[in-house]
Amino acid sequence: MINPDAKLAANIFEKPDMASTREGFGKGVVEAGKADERVVVLTADLAESTQAHHFQKAFPERFIQVGVAEQNMATVAAGMANYGKIPFITSYATFSPGRNWEQIRTTIAINNVPVVVCGMHAGVSVGPDGATHQALEDIALMRALPNMIVVSPCDAEEGRKATIAVAKLGKPAYMRWGREKTPIMTTNETPFEVGKANVVWSCQGQTLAVAIFATGPLLHNALLAARELEGQGINVTVTNVHTIKPLDKETILSRAREAGAVVTVEEHQISGGFGSAIAELLAQEFPVPIEFVGMHDQFGQSGTPKELIQHYKMDAPSIVEAVKKVIARKV
Amino acid sequence: MQPLTDEEIRELSTKANAIRRTIIEMLAAAGSGHTAGPLGMADIFTALYFRVLKHDPQNPAWPERDRLMLSNGHITPVRYATMAHAGYFPVEECLTLRKFGSRLQGHPEREKLPGIETTSGPLGSGLSQASGYAYAARMDGRTFRVFCAMSDGEQEEGNTWEAAMFAGKYRLTNLTAIMDRNNIQIDGNTEDVMPLEPLRDKYEAFNWHVIEVDGHNIPQFIAAADEARSIREKPTIIIAHTTPGKGVPTIENDYRWHGNPPGKGPTDKIPADKQKEVFLQELEASGKK
Repeated sequence: MINPDAKLAANIFEKPDMASTREGFGKGVVEAGKADERVVVLTADLAESTQAHHFQKAFPERFIQVGVAEQNMATVAAGMANYGKIPFITSYATFSPGRNWEQIRTTIAINNVPVVVCGMHAGVSVGPDGATHQALEDIALMRALPNMIVVSPCDAEEGRKATIAVAKLGKPAYMRWGREKTPIMTTNETPFEVGKANVVWSCQGQTLAVAIFATGPLLHNALLAARELEGQGINVTVTNVHTIKPLDKETILSRAREAGAVVTVEEHQISGGFGSAIAELLAQEFPVPIEFVGMHDQFGQSGTPKELIQHYKMDAPSIVEAVKKVIARKV
Repeated sequence: MQPLTDEEIRELSTKANAIRRTIIEMLAAAGSGHTAGPLGMADIFTALYFRVLKHDPQNPAWPERDRLMLSNGHITPVRYATMAHAGYFPVEECLTLRKFGSRLQGHPEREKLPGIETTSGPLGSGLSQASGYAYAARMDGRTFRVFCAMSDGEQEEGNTWEAAMFAGKYRLTNLTAIMDRNNIQIDGNTEDVMPLEPLRDKYEAFNWHVIEVDGHNIPQFIAAADEARSIREKPTIIIAHTTPGKGVPTIENDYRWHGNPPGKGPTDKIPADKQKEVFLQELEASGKK
C-alpha cells in the first residue's frame, strides 16, 4: 500500500497530473532566485528546453547566455561561484556533464565551489532525438567525483523542492532532469530533504519479499509494479532514492535487511549508475541478491518514450519480472 | 602610477633573480616539475606581486584584493616562490613542493594554500574562470581587478577561445589576461606543434585590447598593466614575449626543459648531477650583467 507518510497525490494511478521534471526545475530555480539574490543561471543556447527561460524572464540581470560552449559554461560558473555566486548551469546531460566533465572535475569539484550542474534530457525517454541526445552515463560520471552531491528528482514537484534545497547547500551538485511529461506523484506535503530517501510503498504487518529502490520518474513504474505484485500476493516496498550521493544508508540498509532481496530501477546504464551505488553499499554492509532494471550496456535509439521504456525493459511488467527473478535467487 | 626609478628597477630585477634561485632549489628538491616556464615568468610575477597587484600577504582573503588566476597551473613554482618572497609564507616552505602533506601541490589547489585563488593544471580553463569571476564582481559593482596568467600552448585548447568570445561579448573591462608567449610546449616549439600566430589579430578579432611587451622588461610590463586598467571598452590581453628558462643561458629557449627539474633534464650539455649547481652559477652570473 502507498505509505501514508509520503503524502503522495491521490490520483497517482488513475489519470495522474503530468509534467516533466525539468518544469519543476524551471519553477524551483525562480523560487531559489527570489530567496537568494546570489543565485544566477547560465545556459548554453538552450534557455527554453532547459526551462531556464523562466529565470531569464524573472531575473534578466542574473541570467547569462554563454552560447554553445559547455566547457566555458562550467568554468565561467566555477569562477562566479568562487567569487560568491550560486550558479546553476543548464544544458542537456549528454553535453553537460558529458562534454565538460574534466572542467567540472577540476574547476568545480576539486575547487569545491557551489556550482549546480543541471543535466536535462536524461534517459532514453528523450525519445525521437535518438542515442546521441539520451544521457545514460551522467550519474556514473558525477557520482564518481568527490565533493559532488547527486540528485535525481522523481517528478516536477519534487524537482521544484530539490532545486530550492540544493541552492542552499553551498556545495557542488549535479541534478538530473527529464524531458518527457511524467506523472506527478509527490505533493506539496511530501517530505523532501537532500540525502533522505522516502519510502513510498510499504506493506505493514506482511512479510516483505523484496525492497525496490528507484530513482527518477521511473518511480512511477515501480509503484505500478508494486500494486500489481500486491494483487499477486507478493509484498514489496518501494523507496524513492532521489539523492544518489550521499546515499541514505540507514533507510536503504533497513529495507534491504527486512526484505533480503533488492531490485534497483533507473533510466541509466547499469554500469556505474544508481544500482551500482546501491550494490556497493549492500556488498559492504549486507549482501543480498540484486536485480538491476536499467540500460544494460547499450545505447538507445529513436522512438516514443513509451516504446523505448518498454523495449529496454524499464516498464512496470519488467520490474515485476525482476522482482520474481530476485525472489527465486533468495537463499 | 609613477614611473619606476632606476633604483626601483634594479631592486625588482634583483628580487626576480632571488625568486629564480628559489625556483631552481625547490624544483631540484622536488625531483620533478617544470623549469622553463617558471624561470621565464619570474620577472612578470615579481612585477605583479611587488608592484601591480593590490594585495596583502598577511591577509590573503582581503575582499578588495586583485585576483590573480593562474591558468597554466604547471608553472606554479614561480607563483609559490614569488608569494613566499612577498611574505605569504616562509621561503623555506618552498622546499616542500610536491611532497606528501605539503600545501604546495604539484599543481595549485585553492583549498590547500591561501592566496592561490583557484585550482588549475588541466589547460584552457583559467581564462573562463577569470571571466566568470570578473563578470560576477562587476554584477556587484566591485572595483578590484581580475588577472589571468596563461600559457601560449593552451591557446590550442578550444575552451580558451570560448572564454575569449565570452569576455569579448560581455566587455569585461575589469579583466587583464597575460599570455606567456615563450614559444615552447612539451612536444616542441609551438609553431611546429600547432601554429598559433597571428595571436594579436586573433584576440583583436575577438574584441580584446592587445598589448605586446618584452616579458623581461619590468617597467614595460608594469606600464602595460597600467594601460589595461585605463581601457574602458574591452578586456585587455598582454602578450608577453618571454624566454623560457630565462636566467640560465644554457637552457634558454630549449623546449626540452619545459617539464624537467634540474637534476632530471637533458644531459647533453650539463650532467644530471651538476645541473642544479650549474643553474645557480649561471643565474648568479647573469644577475651581475
